[in-house]
Amino acid sequence: MMLSRAPRDLTMAETVRGPGGARVDLLMVSEMVEPGSRVLDVGCGDGELLRLLEARGVDGRGIELSREGVNECVAKGLAVVQGDADTDLSAYPDDAFDYVILSQTLQATRRPREVIEHMLRIGRHAIVSFPNFGHWRIRLQLLFYGRMPRTANLPETWYDTPNIHFCTIKDFNDMCALVGARMEKAVALDPWGTALKIDAPWWFWNLFGEQAVFVLSRKPG
Amino acid sequence: MTTTPAKAETKLPVLVREADRPRSQLAVFGPDKPLRLDSGVALSPFQVAYQTYGTLNPAKSNAVLICHALTGDQHVGNVHPVTGKGGWWDIMVGPGRPIDTNRYFVICSNVVGGCMGTSGPSSTNPATGEPYGLDFPVITIKDMVRAQTMLLDHLGIDTLFAVAGGSMGGMQVIEWCASYPDRVFSALPIATATRHSAQNIAFHEVGRQAVMADPEWKNGRYFVEGTSPRRGLSVARMGAHITYLSDTALHRKFGRRFQDRDNPTFSFDADFEVESYLRHQGSTFVERFDANSYLYLTRAMDYFDLAADHGGVLANAFRGTRTRFCVISFTSDWLFPTSDSRAIVHALNAGGARVSFAEIETDKGHDAFLLDEPELIGIVRGFLDSAGRARGLPT
Repeated sequence: MMLSRAPRDLTMAETVRGPGGARVDLLMVSEMVEPGSRVLDVGCGDGELLRLLEARGVDGRGIELSREGVNECVAKGLAVVQGDADTDLSAYPDDAFDYVILSQTLQATRRPREVIEHMLRIGRHAIVSFPNFGHWRIRLQLLFYGRMPRTANLPETWYDTPNIHFCTIKDFNDMCALVGARMEKAVALDPWGTALKIDAPWWFWNLFGEQAVFVLSRKPG
Repeated sequence: MTTTPAKAETKLPVLVREADRPRSQLAVFGPDKPLRLDSGVALSPFQVAYQTYGTLNPAKSNAVLICHALTGDQHVGNVHPVTGKGGWWDIMVGPGRPIDTNRYFVICSNVVGGCMGTSGPSSTNPATGEPYGLDFPVITIKDMVRAQTMLLDHLGIDTLFAVAGGSMGGMQVIEWCASYPDRVFSALPIATATRHSAQNIAFHEVGRQAVMADPEWKNGRYFVEGTSPRRGLSVARMGAHITYLSDTALHRKFGRRFQDRDNPTFSFDADFEVESYLRHQGSTFVERFDANSYLYLTRAMDYFDLAADHGGVLANAFRGTRTRFCVISFTSDWLFPTSDSRAIVHALNAGGARVSFAEIETDKGHDAFLLDEPELIGIVRGFLDSAGRARGLPT
């Protein structure tokens, strides 16, 4: 399993930079976190999101699978540990963090459902962003070419990709209901990282959202 | 050609003198301040030999304690008075180095049970006027740390900005954080574990048996008897040295090459380069290290089991800690493998600690922590810089 964001080709939304040169998708995630809170970034790559969060006065920790990513983070002074989302989240106690973030990593985990369940257990809130496999370009590719879709955002061939568990926004929604997650917020982004209209229906998001960002929490009781 | 450990005898008086009157700074604790050991013995009088580098700032907030490994000593960043070689962690400690003596006040003391001036089995027993030998009480990692706290009190330092060490030094770092969490701002346990594994105890036992099987060991009374168990200690060192390297590193360094010859001699001479190298390691070691100290310090490592001291739950050792941790392991270290470091990290995570953990890729084995590994240097520097900012130290 591959957790690192850093080594692979950047997606379009990832290459779009906001003020200060930060990736817009990470900026959006960082703004969902209340200043002063405790955050665990699962699959933190080279630590860019953690840096954004620390600038907001957040006590940030990270887990990263790739040795290069970890060593880069630690050399920057970030509290990052080498580890695997599939196996190492169980070591964290309940309610250890205010937010647990899984950014562009869910599709690369072996057991996405268990990862989400751990996130909801460890954190008061879970923030999950992932590429939407229900986007119209992907649907058209499969329909017309009969081959596994490849896009600017998901350029790897099926035999090379670290992404083993793709889902659509609708699929993710269903799983959230299954694990008893409460949806606090959901945003779908177009290929340039801009949020789609807030009042659009789910089918619209599922067709036109290239990425989705969900803020979840445990249902009380 | 055979490298035999021959010249040790003439050097031994140096070791005896170094034990009582070391060429180091010395803190002497009289009968009013005994070292209370885990074994129940109160060791008194008792002395700690130490080196310092840099300047303690007025707020006393920039002190860094370095804990040395099994065969190390307090000479972490200066020329060694016995061997004449550079400090054992020169690459890490010094002006402009990651543990920067221009910024930090660095302290390194010889552990209790050692042989470079802190009380140990080669120190003179005041009751007999002879070296303690086996009359010296058995010590533990916690006893080593206790002695270090007495030194810090003596120096008037309450809180350490950082405590760092590898291997047995890392065990002391962990013990510091578990026993005196409020006195440690940041910690770097490197290539270490919270308990000594059965395999490691087994290796240590082989080493001890090699020492004790040497007829010159004389039940530990070799100084009094005028003998030296140099062959036993040399064999112990040769065996241990293999465990500090890796198969790949040995192969890269020596392969199957012959030493100064083209063909095997059909004898038990050191035909292979690797044999010659190990014999050299053994013979130089006995010139600077006391055989009884080797017994005591290996024993202290064997006894180390932090979880057992905390109701069997490792996380309890770190619960509520505010210390910032940087745990480091090496891929080819089979003596203290990454799984040992990961266990520390899991316990720290369970305790809610702020922890960084990096595994560094190298084929140099356990000894990698002493070597010029660029990633190790970068990580230690980055971690301490960040901790320094959090501590409010000038950059």
